[in-house]
Amino acid sequence: MADLYTVQNLRLSLADMTAKPLFGAAPRIEILRDLSFSLPKGEVAGIVGGSGSGKSTLGRALVRLLEPSGGSIRFDGTDITHLDDAALRPLRRRFQMIFQDPMSSLNPRHTVGRLIGSPLALHGFEGIQGRVGRALDHVGLPRGFAARYPHELSGGQRQRVGIARAIAMEPEFILADEIVSGLDVSSQAQVLALLEGLVRELGLTLAFISHDLSVIRRLCRRVIVLHRGEIVEDRATAELFANPQAEYTRDLLAAIPLPDPDQVWA
Amino acid sequence: MPFLQVSNLSLRIIGETPRLLRSVSLSVGAGEVRALVGESGAGKSMIGKAILGILPRAVEVVEGEVWLDGQNLLAMPPMARRRIIGAKAALIPQDPLTALNPSRRIGPQITDRLVHILGWDRARAESRALALLEEVQITDPARVMRAYPHELSGGMRQRILIASAFAAEPKLIVADEPTTALDVTVQKQILRLIKGMQERHGTALLFVTHDLGVVSKVCQSLSVLYAGMVVEDAPVRDFFAAPRHAYSRALLAATPKYTDPEGSLTPVPQTVMDAVRAEVAAADGVWHG
Repeated sequence: MADLYTVQNLRLSLADMTAKPLFGAAPRIEILRDLSFSLPKGEVAGIVGGSGSGKSTLGRALVRLLEPSGGSIRFDGTDITHLDDAALRPLRRRFQMIFQDPMSSLNPRHTVGRLIGSPLALHGFEGIQGRVGRALDHVGLPRGFAARYPHELSGGQRQRVGIARAIAMEPEFILADEIVSGLDVSSQAQVLALLEGLVRELGLTLAFISHDLSVIRRLCRRVIVLHRGEIVEDRATAELFANPQAEYTRDLLAAIPLPDPDQVWA
Repeated sequence: MPFLQVSNLSLRIIGETPRLLRSVSLSVGAGEVRALVGESGAGKSMIGKAILGILPRAVEVVEGEVWLDGQNLLAMPPMARRRIIGAKAALIPQDPLTALNPSRRIGPQITDRLVHILGWDRARAESRALALLEEVQITDPARVMRAYPHELSGGMRQRILIASAFAAEPKLIVADEPTTALDVTVQKQILRLIKGMQERHGTALLFVTHDLGVVSKVCQSLSVLYAGMVVEDAPVRDFFAAPRHAYSRALLAATPKYTDPEGSLTPVPQTVMDAVRAEVAAADGVWHG
């Protein structure tokens, strides 16, 4: 199948503000070092790594919230590596993002209806109310929730609003950045089951960033393991779990505390 | 009597009817590690706060007793209670960034308690702090004593809070989700550190967590909470072999387990939620308050 994303020799460096002298420019740190991979249409790929591995930075580069400092990113044939805001705007509808913390990514002063509806209006959709209603149906929330504010919802419900806002735009690609790590296990399982169903039903391409390989195994067909800004492993999920190649992947697997007192965890 | 005994403890927000804790009873023996498991809002942190005497002002004890080392804490005058708790118990808090004062150096933040509450002289407190930082495997403890929290990584800050909790050789430590903010490899180091220190010092540990994977690694017994009610109290081995309560079973089935992708991460069935809610309502119905 055709590739939705083609990433070649991607590099990204950011200014290190903690080391910035009082006058003059901050030194730059390399976050992503020479990453190459592609995502075919319909792929559900997990991006895993520890904190500081660059997984969120990679995600933000894919949806062009950050501009790479080297290499290239092609989205559905278009080179988006250095496109400016105006040129990106029509593309933005097509790649959506679901954020880690719904409390800080949903404006507390807006109703759920407005949160889902205003991006639709910005992109010139018609029949917004109906679209908001259908998006809420998709994520299993009653349509009446459109009148509520984020603080009136539970963590799992807020994350459903984040998902509704992304899928209402009818995107081809969704980036989900640690969207279940702040949730209780029971809401985590519900949100994952929901996402699993939506990806299948809507034929989405999904990149799912997580530090939790258990969650990735359930959802993703393929896993990209990042360590210190480099890809150390990129394989089909079943193969990776059966026979992890990189030492870092093995360390990551061995560190997961399974709910089993007999697991060797030394 | 066990080192810590909580009996029939009920809490509520002053002026409101539903209880935050519903007649909670649990015990932790000397040197025992007990987990308090439940989802957010189940009241697990509130139990820890009640034991340590740091309940929010808006929360009152409706009934029940907290016995620490043979003393009935809730029946004591506040100052005497603080002295007992300060000498015998300590907390490892959840968020290492907010728990440390960002505008003070690490050293005094560890020694304050020893100097001001336990009356140690400063030199003794400082050498104790240095020894503890070494015990939590911090390289160059003298430098860390002079550092500010923002200069240290999340894992380092959590190590400092662990050192700080063990500083006065407490007999009981309440650990409130101490590794929730950390990634798995650092979590493993920190858990093994806490477990090792707990064993060496013979400290009893009340371990608040929502992660049953963590429970199976560090605890001997657990209490499962739902809506402020203990629905199951069991030794860890028995629990993982066969949880008795339907809600516990559902919680275990919802827990991620990469070795069993089909059998784990199962959403809690609505019937189970309805049944446990009915159980809570029934308990409220027969409660005398």
